[in-house]
Amino acid sequence: MMMNNSLKSLCKVAPGTVIKGKWHKYEYTVIKELGFGANGIVYLARNANQQVALKMSDNAMSVTSEVNVLKAFAKVQGSALGPSLLDVDDWERSGTKISFYVMEFIKGPDLLHFIHQKGSDWMGVLFLQLLADLADLHKNGWVFGDLKPENLIVSGPPARIRCIDVGGTTLKGRAIKEFTEFFDRGYWGLGSRKADERYDLFAVGMIMLNTAYPKRFTKTTGGINQLLPMIKQKPELRKFELVINKALSGQYQSAEQMRMELLHVLQPASPNGAPRVKQAPVKTQGSVGSRTKSRQSQVRQKKKSGLFETCLIISAITFIYFLYIYMQVL
Amino acid sequence: MRTGTLKQILLITDGCSNQGEDPIAMSALAKEQGVTVNVIGVMEQDVIDDQGLKEIEGIALAGGGVSQVVYSQQLSQTVQMVTRKAMTQTLQGVVNKELQQILGGAKTMEDLPPEKRGEIMEVVDELGEAVELEVLILVDTSASMKHKLPTVKEALLDLSLSLNARSGSNRFSVFVFPGKKTEVEKLLDWTPRLESLSSIFSKLTTGGITPTGPAIQEAISYFQKKRSLRSLLSRDDEQFFEESV
Repeated sequence: MMMNNSLKSLCKVAPGTVIKGKWHKYEYTVIKELGFGANGIVYLARNANQQVALKMSDNAMSVTSEVNVLKAFAKVQGSALGPSLLDVDDWERSGTKISFYVMEFIKGPDLLHFIHQKGSDWMGVLFLQLLADLADLHKNGWVFGDLKPENLIVSGPPARIRCIDVGGTTLKGRAIKEFTEFFDRGYWGLGSRKADERYDLFAVGMIMLNTAYPKRFTKTTGGINQLLPMIKQKPELRKFELVINKALSGQYQSAEQMRMELLHVLQPASPNGAPRVKQAPVKTQGSVGSRTKSRQSQVRQKKKSGLFETCLIISAITFIYFLYIYMQVL
Repeated sequence: MRTGTLKQILLITDGCSNQGEDPIAMSALAKEQGVTVNVIGVMEQDVIDDQGLKEIEGIALAGGGVSQVVYSQQLSQTVQMVTRKAMTQTLQGVVNKELQQILGGAKTMEDLPPEKRGEIMEVVDELGEAVELEVLILVDTSASMKHKLPTVKEALLDLSLSLNARSGSNRFSVFVFPGKKTEVEKLLDWTPRLESLSSIFSKLTTGGITPTGPAIQEAISYFQKKRSLRSLLSRDDEQFFEESV
């Protein structure tokens, strides 16, 4: 419904069609359609016995824009959230030019199906993975934007959360490019559509809600007053209540902070683990690798804060000394 | 690169015009004067007939804009998407023109190899974030639109939320057709925020004819009127209400 009719017919390709790039001359044989979005159609295709995902659009702009984002993702070190980009090209088909790009084919069920199949034990783990990836992305100045379960695929084994549509990824501080109402804090009246960390964390909170409400629900009064009872109503969400609540009301400043608190919920028995780190200032956490909090990193943090203290004392004494000199001169 | 202010008309309707000038011709007239015309067709359970659909597509095509036909539940998403898409389209046109001057001949972005397009796209993205935008919203208030108006209101509030997240400034203005006494009636003068719509929209009466063509024509002239000194002075004022509402 949301698609232009012209786009649908232009990019409609029958299985078996060979797509040859104008610039790089690679050939791709279409196997089947994987799905379509507002900006184009994604096909499963084969190139030299390798299965790839090929996205086609009559709009070269949107293709270029998405390719830019995929390239930016590639620069985020260690992050495997988005698919890797393999090729960008144009295909000339009976006079018209169709832009396409080729990416890694990520296979697996989507997030909600996976949790439904394997049980809710997986929920925590997958959200920890997602938050770690988001933290990396945020550190590089990007905000994911259109975060939703349909775009989140669990590949594996070993189970690993991946994202298949990065079209909404926006530079921090700009207006969110693409969004889905249910996961958009603007729709619920809980904030602006300016891209910041908390925008993504709100969406993560809504995805957690979505796991308990597969059919979702519509806005009535909006605001946190509608959402809070929805969390409380579901027993399976009760243990995440605080985390979801803080994510929805924008109380987390970073994905790492949310990740730490989620970890604490999942692993409450460790007295000297997560909770203590939680009290450390957020900034120092940001400089340490996010995936595993080892003892070593805690020691390093302590050392850093020691250095900070020394500097503070020295500068305070210097300041008082100068004040003293100044008064003497007067 | 200076792009000036982007001017758009956003027409929200559910069918065919039945009075006055040809809306497609009026839309072409708007394009000639640098105003893009976008059209959103709103359906309920009913489907818009072929003639209506043709007109919707025709107006957008002639006006250099984007058209989309949707069910009213999807209106919010569509309104912001259409506006954004048209904005990018216009900016791309501007950038392409610059490119032609630099590269010579009929080269556009599409003629460049994909590797080079990325940087140009970044420029377009940046412009889209910072450019000044003026959107004149034309709402069809003929009888069949009556129960869709609350959704339209929500969609417009949502639009202002989306666009005001940009760093560039926005100005909106809302007209309805048919008006109480005239074919077109101004609801809201140029304002950066649409929140004040809430109170006005509930008092709207619907009914009568659908003079789409005259509405577009009136809208174009309103873009020009605004150039007067008075509106320059009141550039960053809050809003002006029409007392007739």
